[in-house]
Amino acid sequence: MSQAILDVKPEYPWKLTPKDLVTDFLGALFTLASTLAIVGFSPLKGKLGFAITLIFMAVITTTIMSWIKLDRKAAFNSATTVLVYVTASFVIIALASVLYEIIRLGAPGFSFSIFSNDMSQTASDMPLTEGGLLHAVIGTAYIVTFATLISTPIGILTALYIVEVKGRFAGLVRFFVQAMSGVPSIVAGLFIFALWMIQLGNAYSAVAGGFALTVLMIPTVARTAEEVLKLIPSDLREAGLALGATQWRTVAMVVIPAARSGLITAVILGIARVVGETAPLLLTIGGADAINLNPTQGNMSAFPYYVWKNLLIGSENAISRAWLGVFVLMIVVLVFFTLARYLGAARGGRK
Amino acid sequence: MSNENISDKNNNREENMSQMTGKQETATDRNTSNTSNTKGASATRSLGDVAAGREAKVGKAFTGGSGLEARGVHAWFGKKHVLQDISLEFATGTVTALIGPSGCGKSTFIRTLNRMHEFIPTAALAGQVLLDGKDVYEPGVDVTKIRLKVGMVFQKPNPFPSMTIKENVLSGLKLSQIKIQNSDELLESCLRRAGLWDEVKDRLNEYGGSLSGGQQQRLCIARSLAVNPQVLLMDEPCSALDPGSTLRIEETIRELADTMSIVIVTHNMQQAARVSDYTGFFLSDGGPGRLIEVASTVEIFTNPKEKRTEDYVSGRFG
Repeated sequence: MSQAILDVKPEYPWKLTPKDLVTDFLGALFTLASTLAIVGFSPLKGKLGFAITLIFMAVITTTIMSWIKLDRKAAFNSATTVLVYVTASFVIIALASVLYEIIRLGAPGFSFSIFSNDMSQTASDMPLTEGGLLHAVIGTAYIVTFATLISTPIGILTALYIVEVKGRFAGLVRFFVQAMSGVPSIVAGLFIFALWMIQLGNAYSAVAGGFALTVLMIPTVARTAEEVLKLIPSDLREAGLALGATQWRTVAMVVIPAARSGLITAVILGIARVVGETAPLLLTIGGADAINLNPTQGNMSAFPYYVWKNLLIGSENAISRAWLGVFVLMIVVLVFFTLARYLGAARGGRK
Repeated sequence: MSNENISDKNNNREENMSQMTGKQETATDRNTSNTSNTKGASATRSLGDVAAGREAKVGKAFTGGSGLEARGVHAWFGKKHVLQDISLEFATGTVTALIGPSGCGKSTFIRTLNRMHEFIPTAALAGQVLLDGKDVYEPGVDVTKIRLKVGMVFQKPNPFPSMTIKENVLSGLKLSQIKIQNSDELLESCLRRAGLWDEVKDRLNEYGGSLSGGQQQRLCIARSLAVNPQVLLMDEPCSALDPGSTLRIEETIRELADTMSIVIVTHNMQQAARVSDYTGFFLSDGGPGRLIEVASTVEIFTNPKEKRTEDYVSGRFG
């Protein structure tokens, strides 16, 4: 008896049998063949025509096959499954091809000397072994840090007002935050240009750029933080309040720690929103080819500006420089986000 | 709060604490003898027998003062009248169970007792809730002090996810900014009284979320105990737990009842019979919930005055 039990081997009856695999393979073969036939003998031409026909034929083949095998419900299920796979792969293809192009065109110019040189002694047309983009690294660091330092407290406190305080104007504030997140970035730049520079008489600087990005970053941080805070169960707030805590203590000691990783994500998304913004910076930082260590005074460069300027120059080396700028920006952002994620997850109590 | 006040409070706390630890052993003794009694009995014992089998405290003199009293409490959510004219007294050293079908206002009622009711935006209230003779709804009363004295355990275990077991237990002190010297002693005594110490003493620095549901609920009880409340309100504390954890928490409740008054809302009539000294029966006949009958638990389960109570406890409706 026990011997019989030991003889039982784990099986996977829900997995596809060889027969199923053969049928599926034949179906795929048919899809491909019919697509090639249609592309060959119809006005649909080229890669686009091929892709569209392939999707179309794949949906039709799987639908008919499941209809024959099972019934109408199964056919509908298969058709939607294929469509979902197709749309999901669109996203992956788009992202992958962007990354591929950036690496293909940006990576060849990469060397560590670009982090120790600026463009003050080098013309954009010179080979990429000359010059560098240290000035853009410094500029972006200044501008984004400044914007983050201002927008993080304002954004999170706004979210706290909407979710925790539920003040009389919470709905109104929420509406304004939403409207603000729809402001075109060049309008944010123009706003700071008109207010900070023309009205208040300040010159181009990293600070002005930081202000412009703040206008764009606050709504992103506030909206994401709002969503995150809403996910914190009200049980926890009640538990805190029932222990005799004031609302502020409850928020500071219970709600914010519980929402920590989500709030860090909110800030990361805010940075991601602004780090590549070009238009507001063109109006506020002035642009420079040399390193400027003073964030409050003088023209400043930044990655987007560096890319924009080199693209405008348009010679082969300049365009390579632009791709290099995009490539380095991508790496910087990647490193930064990984670090922030790591720090955010370092003390996660929730199972 | 001035410094003087804080040190005063701490002294009180230590005194109380030593009292509690002193009493704890007798409580445990009584409880074990109880458990053995119950074991011998057959499973078909009536609820009245269950209630009578426990050494009830009904009619005995209470040493701890008057405690908490609700006088003519009404409650509304928006225009909906959900509670009508509830008057109930909770003596120190007793357990009061509130029973009744869903939606009859039991939970709403206990939330009025520590002023958690007001967090629901449309809530309204009439009547008085007296704590040591003072109305907790009087203007100028510091709500946070009321909630320190009237603790609460919720239906779903809700340990703070960002805190370790130790931090969870002591969180009440930090949240209400009470300073205390011997926090390790307090930690141990709270966890012991909640019946959790032996299970967690080696893992105090793990997160609360790593415990099982029953352990989490006892952690929440320990957390409420750390601020030394006079009254502990429990809103269906065992409804999400398995029978083993439920039994463990019931033992804890009986032990705690020596030093404070406990109000427990429950849907489980066996539980009401097992743990409570007094039972209040709530019912809503479509309109606001009302307190139909309140008496000693034995009386409610053996000889209720109201027909509706009898029907409910005998399982004929609800």
